[in-house]
Amino acid sequence: MSRAALVLGAREAAGVPAAVLAAGYLGFGALAAGHGLPLSLVVASTLAVWALPGQLILVEMNTLGAPHFAIVFTVALSSARFLPMTLVLMPLMRDARHRGWHYYVLAQLLALTGWTMAMARFPEIERAQRLAWFYGFTVVCLAASAAATATGYLIADLLTPLAKTGLVFMAPLYYLLILVGGVRQRTAALALACGALAGPLAYLGSAQWSVLVGGFAGGTLAYLIQRQGRLGG
Amino acid sequence: MAESWVLLALCGLATYAWRGLGARLSSEIDAESEVFAWISCVAYAMIAGLIARILVMPTGALAETTLVERALGSAVALGAYFWLTRRNLFAGVFAGAAAVWLMKLLI
Repeated sequence: MSRAALVLGAREAAGVPAAVLAAGYLGFGALAAGHGLPLSLVVASTLAVWALPGQLILVEMNTLGAPHFAIVFTVALSSARFLPMTLVLMPLMRDARHRGWHYYVLAQLLALTGWTMAMARFPEIERAQRLAWFYGFTVVCLAASAAATATGYLIADLLTPLAKTGLVFMAPLYYLLILVGGVRQRTAALALACGALAGPLAYLGSAQWSVLVGGFAGGTLAYLIQRQGRLGG
Repeated sequence: MAESWVLLALCGLATYAWRGLGARLSSEIDAESEVFAWISCVAYAMIAGLIARILVMPTGALAETTLVERALGSAVALGAYFWLTRRNLFAGVFAGAAAVWLMKLLI
């Protein structure tokens, strides 16, 4: 693995991406402390689930006393996005020189920030270097988020409810900006627009199934529209 | 407390199931194919749908803010990012969050 690419990825993460993720996880840690869960469990949730929406569902449903089956099912449905995300990113990193198990480790490290950044950066990075770059980037993001989760938990009493809300609000804002600002291809922009409409609409029908159904419907619609345009229809 | 750890492990496994399945199936997908083009549309749409839903209809802590506050906060973030600072993510995100915080504080 290329050390230079690993360091480059880590450096690119150790700035705005890690800082904004840390802010979001600071808020998450502080919220989770208020729900009476132990520190070790809350930090472990960042490492094991590594998806803020799923972790919020876990903490909030657990506090409401929902049955465990229902919690696991809802977290599973909210994480469905990882299937198409992994399917799209892995072929871009695949190289005959890498051993097969790397892809299964990277699959766990993959989350929204790393994925979006990789999709934007990979065209400029040589194929054989991408895997190392992605390791560097995502490990820094994960480490910063885990540290922020613990910090947020420990300083929860110092934060007002308003401050916690402000911190939790930073994560979706960050995703909004990197998606709107980072997408260059027309097809991707079209898929974002269709998904942004279909997601909330599907949520009105069924909260649990909204990510799957909305993404499927919005993505298919975007695909059909761009295909129609491409074929000159 | 052991029960909470089992619950966390199951949630971690449930999330990894999608990731692992994607890693497994990705070796059989051609990045130039139509199927790949469709899947990448679905990936972008799922992400956009989730973010839009969180901003429009949040649950939990964010539900303490109103739709107007979140819409104005998002607009401030986009404005600070695109116009005020030539695409500084840090400035955009902090301006948006600060705007919501100020609205809550003053109103």
